Amino acid sequence: MTQPNCAIIDYGIGNVFSVRRALEQIGVEAELTADPDRILAADRVILPGVGAFGRAMEKLRQDGLDRVVHDYVASGKPFLGICIGLQVLMEASEEFGSHTGLGLIPGRVRKIPVEDDAASNFRVPFIGWSPVAESQSGAWQGTPLQDVPDPNAFYFVHSYEAVVSEPDHLIATHTLGGRAITSAVRRDNVMGVQFHPERSADHGLRFLEAFVNL
Amino acid sequence: MRNFRLIARLDVKMKTLIKGVQMEGWRKVGDPREFAARYAAEGADELMFTDVVASLYQRNSLHQIVRDVASEVFVPMTIGGGVRSVGDAGELLACGADKVALNTGATQDPALITEISQTFGAQACVVAIETVRYEGEWMVMTDNGRNHTGRKALDWAREATDRGAGEIILTAIDKEGLGRGMDLDLVSRVCDSVRVPVVAAGGIGTKDHLGALLEKTPASAVAVAQALHWNKLSLDDLRDTVSAHGHFVRPLGAVASSGGQ
Repeated sequence: MTQPNCAIIDYGIGNVFSVRRALEQIGVEAELTADPDRILAADRVILPGVGAFGRAMEKLRQDGLDRVVHDYVASGKPFLGICIGLQVLMEASEEFGSHTGLGLIPGRVRKIPVEDDAASNFRVPFIGWSPVAESQSGAWQGTPLQDVPDPNAFYFVHSYEAVVSEPDHLIATHTLGGRAITSAVRRDNVMGVQFHPERSADHGLRFLEAFVNL
Repeated sequence: MRNFRLIARLDVKMKTLIKGVQMEGWRKVGDPREFAARYAAEGADELMFTDVVASLYQRNSLHQIVRDVASEVFVPMTIGGGVRSVGDAGELLACGADKVALNTGATQDPALITEISQTFGAQACVVAIETVRYEGEWMVMTDNGRNHTGRKALDWAREATDRGAGEIILTAIDKEGLGRGMDLDLVSRVCDSVRVPVVAAGGIGTKDHLGALLEKTPASAVAVAQALHWNKLSLDDLRDTVSAHGHFVRPLGAVASSGGQ
């Protein structure tokens, strides 16, 4: 089987270099591109991103990439959003005002609630490694999380979380300050992860490999 | 349970990993790239590189090292030293850094914290605070402990986070490099002053020192340099200690795959 043609959307936000290097490490030559034709022609598309939701959406719209993402997703081919790339899949975010997202997955993005709980000592932004758990039995079936080892750990850095409207779209959670937080969402061929697989050592590389080989 | 991070701290001078005692008397340790790869494989949760002469020469010379490490090591990296502008921060992030640490640049121009935080996100904007106790107050120093800023550490930590810093890395210069334990009082006070994660640095020499940090402070992470570089403590020792205190440690890939079915 020939290797799937993998594109990373390069829209001037976040560390695309790390994602490309992580893919190279598992033998995948991914293309960094903002060219709609190249994105639509790819077999796998990754939308990375760090920073603020509003700025990420602004950059996507500015280049018309919001429509390109919709068109690509309509083709049924696998799509992966990472961190802000997950959050922009939702309908809206409350980060620094109110912003409209891509609306590919019903739900919204909100600040992670922090309770004054000295025992949990939970701080925002959450920066660190956490295991992720299947939200309900069978939720990882047919997704790149299917073969994640147990125990697992992925690297997170975030202050906001996606909250899905349809429970079936939530497939993985991590626990912060005693609360279950969204770590991964999925709707048909669209998947988003809050963690950074490109920074999650072996488990992250294996996750990316599973996505490319879906 | 805390998601506590073990950070391997690599201080670099002219492309060589070095280790100083109380930020003076540097000794060469080796190639930072080799140490970084080994520490990540052994379970370091994060790597932190500082160009310790960057402020002296007004530039950070770690770009190639960052690029090399980011190509082979897939754990997060914080880079510090000589960051004076949004452009400086952007260059390091483009090389593969996940966060930049500001120190001298932020004390001279606090607005830089806000600019970097708004451009790249608070999570990419770390403020490093180096402090010595002086007449009962923790005072902020820069340039590896040579220059007084006149700022008080607790006030500066609060101001830095108000301005958008997403994390504080705190070094007690009088404990640094000695391996005789950390300034737990300082760590606790800074943790109480801010709501963002605080990384404690300087002074770890034994497992008990880490145990005391975990028991007596709400620190989110520890940065360890000398004890690792001179093999006084291994990452296994540190991971065991974190685990023994009931906190999460990340399973290592190799272990998980050999133990799997």
